[in-house]
Amino acid sequence: MSLTELLQAIIDGVLTGGVYALMAAGLSLIFGVMDIVNIAQGAMVVLAGYLSYALSVHLGIDLFLGLAITIPAMFALGMLMEWGFMRRLREGDRTSMSILVTYAVAIVIEGVLSIIFGVDYVQLQASYVDSSVHVFGFYLADIYLLGFGMAVALMAALYAMLYRTKFGRGVRASLQNRTAADLIGVNVNRTRMISVGIGVAVTAAGGMVFGATNAFNPNSGYDLISRLLAIVILGGMGSIGGAMAAAVLLLVLSDVVAVAWSPLWAPLVFFAALVLVLSIRPAGLFGRTAVRAQ
Amino acid sequence: MSVRQLSFRAALVAFFVAFPLFEHDPTTTSIAVFTLIFMVASSAWNIFSGYSGYLALGHAVFFGIGAYTVALAAQDWHVPPGWDVFALLPLAGLVAGLAAIPIGIIALRTRRHTFVVVTIAIFFIFQLLAFNLPFTQGTTGIQLPTPLWSPSTYNEPFYYVTLAILLATIALSWAVRGSRFGLQLMAIRDDEDRARGMGVRTGPVKLAAFMLSAIPVGMVGGMYAYFLGAIYPQVGFDPLFDIAIALMGFIGGLGTIAGPLLGGLALESLQQYFTQQFSDNGLYLIIYGALFLVVILLLPRGVIPSAAAFYRSWRARREPVVAS
Repeated sequence: MSLTELLQAIIDGVLTGGVYALMAAGLSLIFGVMDIVNIAQGAMVVLAGYLSYALSVHLGIDLFLGLAITIPAMFALGMLMEWGFMRRLREGDRTSMSILVTYAVAIVIEGVLSIIFGVDYVQLQASYVDSSVHVFGFYLADIYLLGFGMAVALMAALYAMLYRTKFGRGVRASLQNRTAADLIGVNVNRTRMISVGIGVAVTAAGGMVFGATNAFNPNSGYDLISRLLAIVILGGMGSIGGAMAAAVLLLVLSDVVAVAWSPLWAPLVFFAALVLVLSIRPAGLFGRTAVRAQ
Repeated sequence: MSVRQLSFRAALVAFFVAFPLFEHDPTTTSIAVFTLIFMVASSAWNIFSGYSGYLALGHAVFFGIGAYTVALAAQDWHVPPGWDVFALLPLAGLVAGLAAIPIGIIALRTRRHTFVVVTIAIFFIFQLLAFNLPFTQGTTGIQLPTPLWSPSTYNEPFYYVTLAILLATIALSWAVRGSRFGLQLMAIRDDEDRARGMGVRTGPVKLAAFMLSAIPVGMVGGMYAYFLGAIYPQVGFDPLFDIAIALMGFIGGLGTIAGPLLGGLALESLQQYFTQQFSDNGLYLIIYGALFLVVILLLPRGVIPSAAAFYRSWRARREPVVAS
């Protein structure tokens, strides 16, 4: 492995890590406000990928322009899921039950997608998907750059919303203590519904970039959710910044392993890192054991 | 146990023993073998997850380990096809049980949802290993010896051996539930910190239950491989297996003895029937997921506990309390 190859792997890892960071931030937001682990996040990324696919193939809408349709669609789906299933779970064992409920939602999504689109692999196509720019001897794929730029912009928007708006204050208050938030006049039900909507809406952007950089089929959600869960747990559940840091860290590590060792073993990085970190620090890298006792 | 309960149970066992005698259609008897395999797996999973409240979604690891143990042992030791291969099943259970020790030590450091996710992560590590390690032969898979039994009764040995494993697993589940060990597990389920405060050594108790529940799963994993005649990574280490046995437990009733058996009986026979009736996998997934949602949202405690609660309240209404 040459130094150039190593640096190329690190650059690719950072660029793809941005998109994973966005998807994982959504997962972490949903967990933070609702104590719900959304196993369907992976299936929703795939669903969003298929929405972008249908828009671009059948209506000829550009992938990035299509987000104007897919983001509101996924936002609505997230709110519907919160209203339909999540708020109906009992308080006591809500987290464990939510894993089963959202798993069932993922299975239904997979079934619907395989009836509509079949099980053959597809990939999103656009002029910028296969092109790349050449900078200082490194090849940077255009779609990686565009995806990274979009992910950073959306995460900046998410942060601004969380830390600069009244709604964001309500969300953070519900993250810390839902009873107290309720008492000081935060409409917790509405805040949760919108937060879950936002947490799911980010899969629209994530799914588009994922679908343009990977071939996928209705079954691809499992692979994705296992990686996203590794990222979110490693970052400390409920910590949005932690999820972002862990995403970039793990993607860089797995790209380096792919170059240095073999692409076959690259996915192992996610799970091995997770098991290793948790056996030393059960709360994750940035977990707040004090705030959210396990 | 009253005489009525005892005779009901004896009649059920007699029905299962006699089933292949009046049902000779190989399609039906092979559905029966798969159903028994899943009843064992769900029942064994319940010994850990149902009693301790720790939701493990990685028992496919033990299923796969059992399957590969039997496949590799039969291959390397040149075990002749026939009854001899069944002798490898206890070995499959042993290997799965031993593998459960390090897995349990790592995973049981965490609790609740983190534990669930860690078991999922460990599952994916093993799936990756099965795809990529040289001795599993990757996606090529491993062939098992095919017995030369007559086609009309071919399924019967598989059926009876699996039934024997099932009865042993039920006995184990029953023994655990009534024992001091079982009470300690259920105390952990109700409130782990308080249980520890009361002197339950929670670590070893949880680990022992985890190991105990892995053994029957490993044994039926080996049975599954032998019955299919070949084993592949995606079949041995299947994420849907994890969720299927949990769903069976949930539908029937977590932490009860009959619940996972009923859930396994209903769901696996339904799934096998669907697979044979409709080639369309998508429709099956939708029905499966929808059923799952309905049960969790409407009957969160499972069919058996909900039905029992309904029956008690119905009895209470019919027989008003006599004032003393």
